[in-house]
Amino acid sequence: MSDTQARIRVRSLTKIFGDESGAALPLLQAGQSRAEVQKATGAVIGLQDVSFDVAEGEILVVMGLSGSGKSTCLRCINRLIEPTAGSVHIDDTDVTALGERDLMALRRIRFGMVFQQFALFPHRTILRNVEYGLEVQGVPPAARRDKALAAIETVGLKGWDQHFPSQLSGGMQQRAGLARALALDPDVLLMDEAFSALDPLIRRDMQQELVALQKRLKKTIVFVSHDLDEAIALGGRIVLMKDGRVVQQGTAADFLANPADDYVRRFVEHIDVLGVVTAGDAMRPPMAVRPWQSSAAEALEVLTRSGEPVMTVVCELGRFQGTVDADTLRRAGATELRLLLSDRDASVPRGATLNEAVARLAAGRGEIAVTGPDGALLGVIANADLIAALARRRVETAH
Amino acid sequence: MEFEIPRIPLAEWCDIALDWATEHFSGVTRAMSAVIGTAIETTTDFLVGLPPWLVIIACGLLVWRLTNARIAIGTMLGFAFLWNLELWRATLQSLVLVLVSTAFALAIGIPIGIAAALSKRFWRIVGPGLDMMQTMPSFVYLIPAIPFFGLGAVSACFATIVFAMPPTIRLTALGILQTPPELVEAADAFGSSRWQKLFKIQLPLAIPTIMAGVNQTIMLALSMVVIAAMIGAGGLGGEVWRAIQRLEAGQGFQAGIAIVVLAVILDRITQHIARHMRRDRQQG
Repeated sequence: MSDTQARIRVRSLTKIFGDESGAALPLLQAGQSRAEVQKATGAVIGLQDVSFDVAEGEILVVMGLSGSGKSTCLRCINRLIEPTAGSVHIDDTDVTALGERDLMALRRIRFGMVFQQFALFPHRTILRNVEYGLEVQGVPPAARRDKALAAIETVGLKGWDQHFPSQLSGGMQQRAGLARALALDPDVLLMDEAFSALDPLIRRDMQQELVALQKRLKKTIVFVSHDLDEAIALGGRIVLMKDGRVVQQGTAADFLANPADDYVRRFVEHIDVLGVVTAGDAMRPPMAVRPWQSSAAEALEVLTRSGEPVMTVVCELGRFQGTVDADTLRRAGATELRLLLSDRDASVPRGATLNEAVARLAAGRGEIAVTGPDGALLGVIANADLIAALARRRVETAH
Repeated sequence: MEFEIPRIPLAEWCDIALDWATEHFSGVTRAMSAVIGTAIETTTDFLVGLPPWLVIIACGLLVWRLTNARIAIGTMLGFAFLWNLELWRATLQSLVLVLVSTAFALAIGIPIGIAAALSKRFWRIVGPGLDMMQTMPSFVYLIPAIPFFGLGAVSACFATIVFAMPPTIRLTALGILQTPPELVEAADAFGSSRWQKLFKIQLPLAIPTIMAGVNQTIMLALSMVVIAAMIGAGGLGGEVWRAIQRLEAGQGFQAGIAIVVLAVILDRITQHIARHMRRDRQQG
């Protein structure tokens, strides 16, 4: 149990705002709708029965439009907002049961938080901002300075430690905000729309850097965002929220393939399909495959009958070796296929996105192979298949 | 039949309360008065004993360090003018009284302001008290001051503190309450205790606002020190008071202008410091 246990477990989290939260909770639990409860008691439902897990080392994106409860949800994890009901566990600690003192200690050690508007302290230099968490922990000055400078270097702000936040651009300020959270070396990073206030180009850089950083540092990250493209760029699982409830959780491709309802379908409507659908999803069985010891003449016959643009060649073990086109086969007569191979790299792994497949297709001769982990041929994608895959997604998402 | 609504004996009640307080506390307050009075007199006598030009230059250097050359030169010219008017001793008396009263007002007012910002309940008690302190005619404070502290500088000091303290309390509380909520949230997210939040975030960010309160407190202290001349505080106010009694308009205006000069000097210095701190807060 314990080795498969998620790092953060959120269970049936409910938040009701307003003085009438005590009266509203039983109504809500009795199955009344958000609007009914609000009408009866005046209380506003922020979160309703939200449950999800965050695995260690995962970037989980909590996504939703404004007012969906995603930020409230994030703040309930470290209890900046006190949940009305439900529980939050981090490893074996029940965060929702902690007293004030223990909660403070937990926040100091285990959580680093990054905010949408950076929330840097304007009266402190970047160094003193980044040191803040360590200072609160009571780390001696020399040690916290070293750790803070290391964190500043990690986020690429070396040399800016003596500047004040107002002297930095937005992107740099958010780097400082990230350094402030990283300096503590926390297990969990809570990021609240951390890149939403940045320019699009800088936002993309920061997303890539966060992914790279996370691969290196192996933090568990809960990232709140309203931007589906951002969620896809961060590459992890997504918890999609609406009106304080979880609508669906899974990867972006899951949302595309099996949307839970119309809302999810509409949400992923404008998704960049090429960035989400994998080669494995789009491939089909190859119609013209021969082992490499076959003769050109035999291959030509197969190829002509199949209607494929090129012949796909595999070795004895079924691994993709390359392709041969019809003209070459015609000229070669009885030569073995292995001597005629070209386009040896006209393949993509099955997990690659269609974006990569498109690039390969454009460089090759109208068809590429899709391979498994050991290079085994699994299927092929021709130009027409790609278009069919795109068309299929469009039809699926259109109705 | 004639109704007669009895008058509420408010004045008598106040007397009873004051008498009771005098009976029980005047021993302590008189002793305090003796100590503080001696300190004020000694300081004033020491400054008066020094050559005026030396004091003027020393003040100029101090102001230059705290602010800039322009204000420092203005300060020295102002003091030289007051010396020239032969109001040197009165100026120093007033200045010492203002500074001592302000020091007490800040020492008491800032902690009260902090407490008021941290506790809504405390603010509900303090708020009306501040309204009363500020709307009550300042002369009234002079009357009870006498039984507690006797005639002279300490009574003046007491009345001045009561009268001048409210802006410091109000603006300290305001400055802390105005800390941007996202910064308070960030401090909480990193597990700050209440005191860490106060001393590392809220108070440093409130300093420019608190300085605005300090400026107002000094200005109010100066105006009260003048009124306090009626109970023997001396100083520039004493000069005005004497001119009133003798109907010497010229002498009165001369002392009045001297007070204005002193006020301008104190105002420029504190405003400059407050402005400087505001800029600090924004960019360091």
